[in-house]
Amino acid sequence: MYYDVIMAGFGGQGIQTISQIVALAAIRRGLNVTFLPSYGVEKRGGRTNVTLVIADEEIGSMVTNHPRCVIAMDTIAVDKYRDQVARKGLLIANTSLVPESMLDRNDITPLALKCNDEALALGSVKLSNMIALGAFLQKTKILGFDDVEAVMDEVTPERLKHTIPANLEAIRRGMEIAGNGTV
Amino acid sequence: MNAIFKRPDSLTDAPTHFCPGCTHGIAHRLIAEAMDELGITDRTIGIPGVGCCVFLYRYFPIDALEAPHGRAPACATGMKRAQPENIIFAYQGDGDMAAIGTSEIIHAANRGENITVFFINNSVYGMTGGQMAPTTLLGQQTTTSPYGRDFNTEGYPIKMAEMLATLEGVAYSTRVALHSPKHVNQAKRAIRKAFEMQINEMGFSMVEMLSTCNTNWRVTPLEALQMIEREMIPYFPLGVFKERTGKDFL
Amino acid sequence: MTEKKLTKGNIALAEGAIQAGCRYYFGYPITPQNDIPEYLARNLPKCGGTFIPAESEIASINMVMGASASGKRAMTSSSGPGISLMQEGISYLAGSEMPAVIVNIMRCGPGLGGIAPTQGDYNQAVHGGGHGDYRNIVLAPGSVQEMFDLTIKAFELADKYRNPTMIIADAMIGQFQEPCRLVPEKPVEFPEKPWALTGRRGREPRLLKSLYLGDYEQEEHNLLLKQKYDEIQEKEVMVEMQRLDDAELIIIAFGTPARVAKTAISMAREEGLKVGLIRPITLFPFPTKQIYEHSKKAGKLLVVEMNTGQMVRDVRIAAHRDASISFYGRPGGGFPFPDDVLAEIKKALDGGPR
Repeated sequence: MYYDVIMAGFGGQGIQTISQIVALAAIRRGLNVTFLPSYGVEKRGGRTNVTLVIADEEIGSMVTNHPRCVIAMDTIAVDKYRDQVARKGLLIANTSLVPESMLDRNDITPLALKCNDEALALGSVKLSNMIALGAFLQKTKILGFDDVEAVMDEVTPERLKHTIPANLEAIRRGMEIAGNGTV
Repeated sequence: MNAIFKRPDSLTDAPTHFCPGCTHGIAHRLIAEAMDELGITDRTIGIPGVGCCVFLYRYFPIDALEAPHGRAPACATGMKRAQPENIIFAYQGDGDMAAIGTSEIIHAANRGENITVFFINNSVYGMTGGQMAPTTLLGQQTTTSPYGRDFNTEGYPIKMAEMLATLEGVAYSTRVALHSPKHVNQAKRAIRKAFEMQINEMGFSMVEMLSTCNTNWRVTPLEALQMIEREMIPYFPLGVFKERTGKDFL
Repeated sequence: MTEKKLTKGNIALAEGAIQAGCRYYFGYPITPQNDIPEYLARNLPKCGGTFIPAESEIASINMVMGASASGKRAMTSSSGPGISLMQEGISYLAGSEMPAVIVNIMRCGPGLGGIAPTQGDYNQAVHGGGHGDYRNIVLAPGSVQEMFDLTIKAFELADKYRNPTMIIADAMIGQFQEPCRLVPEKPVEFPEKPWALTGRRGREPRLLKSLYLGDYEQEEHNLLLKQKYDEIQEKEVMVEMQRLDDAELIIIAFGTPARVAKTAISMAREEGLKVGLIRPITLFPFPTKQIYEHSKKAGKLLVVEMNTGQMVRDVRIAAHRDASISFYGRPGGGFPFPDDVLAEIKKALDGGPR
């Protein structure tokens, strides 16, 4: 098994958080992981991109320019990474912010997901990253909901522990949407 | 029979490499006497800078580290932090401290490193052949200021003792001279006090010593001694510029 | 088995230093290595250590010298321009035979340079950098785990040979995260230091110096240093070798390019191309023998570096005379992706050297 994904968006969208969750869940499953963050110049409001490689064999490159999956949380991310997605790969785009017309590649699977709207419906726009994470789990099957649930406590700082149930609910919602093929 | 004058135990019997008439030898003897009197020889480590002082380890029977040019205060910082129970001193010339090593001396002093620095100010680079130093007096001819130091092009002689005294971390900063018995006695007291500052963990201590370099000044040893009084002291006044009396720092 | 924690390369290195018994760190901020001083500023005081935010890299390396002369394990870290400023001190450390660990998380150059991953300081680390006839021991980690393990190794080698040891890593190795075991693999070695300056109580005074003015003194000193470097070359080579048995082409790379090469080699193997890897872990001592032996058999070498060609010269010296050597270099700012390297593999197998 070998899987690589780039998660990208602007600072504050929770890219770091969901990539940490995926990385840690994979480690707990006994998989090898590389986690490569690259931040924008500014800490807040700057760009956040994370490249994750997950494999059951030794991982060579921690960098990829043809990821099997891209999670793009805003237009800049779609613009930058859409053409890099490997053929037959998956592009999860936050179409609350990204025009669907941008997902115009026919050799990949685009998943238009209104992350912000779905998150708002659950009570907070801050859950948009978890919606995307849920869709990622559902579509890729490299990790299950249980794997993620098991590490939520570890990745959540003390002051945010109370948000864990809402986060889990948002992940479930993301899985549900992706599973139904709703776009 | 009682000996009334002898070589201090903290000085070896090696013949010095200093030029006849040079006052480095006096400074060495005074430091050795102070180490004897304070009983610290066994736990003192010396760090010479680069220049005429580099052979310090030949004359003091103590552990020594040869520092890069100007960096002795940084070496002393690392050493003192690693072994605060021992006495660490640096011994620098004017090129070493006042030119290439200004950054290291200022920041060691400003951090209040509990070290002692002896500074030989003879207004020239001695070992390399008498080039202009930051401490060279106005009008003084050297091999690289052959027409005399001109403030328009070379600026003014730098006053280290006064400058360091402005820094909060400094416990003791003084300037003494080595050209007469009276001044040598004053210098001895200053050196002792500087060591005592370190022993009492008061912070950074520095003794600037006005010194001769008759070879590069191209005068006789006697004339050189007179030049300290006549030419150096008017520009580099003697005195204590900072002396902490208690651990009064914030 | 000890649990592995997802750890950033620079943090693994800093924790490795603490576990190696390093209690003295001196440094000046520069990107992309700031995680190291920040971690140590927080954690050294907790274990009785000393952290000084020095006024410059020049001061940093000289503070390292002072602590090292005291017999203590000391370290500094920096990047490109800062490492340049330290070269004077590194030369003195080599000349006076003092141990020290100097970390260079490389940034681009010449000049100020960008902060993208690069390997532009290979020559500086491996072939001098400072003045005089000396060698650094140079380690090149290729994973977060090696950032930890090789830092401990660096302190052990530095002490064992009384020689400055450099760890050089590109910013990718410094910044990315992998699961890492943050405890030493085996007990850390602490050699005796009968040369340390600790005050002369009960013994003859000691001296650490690098100035030799007497007839033949300097020559004698340098020949002794040479003997030491020869011994290091003989005993301390570390190298990773993969898939060499049937290899017709061997990629030689260190740090991130070696990681990328592994992926490219897997891709090539899927296409039936017989490609292997030699990854020097020690850059000095260089795995000269290994490269000679395997280049004789394989015949073709491809050196991949994130610079315009530095290690490739050492490979040329090491390789069998009949081996053909290709080079693929991406100086910092660009990056050798796996499919780029795969394309180079095909070129090298088809055409030979360029």
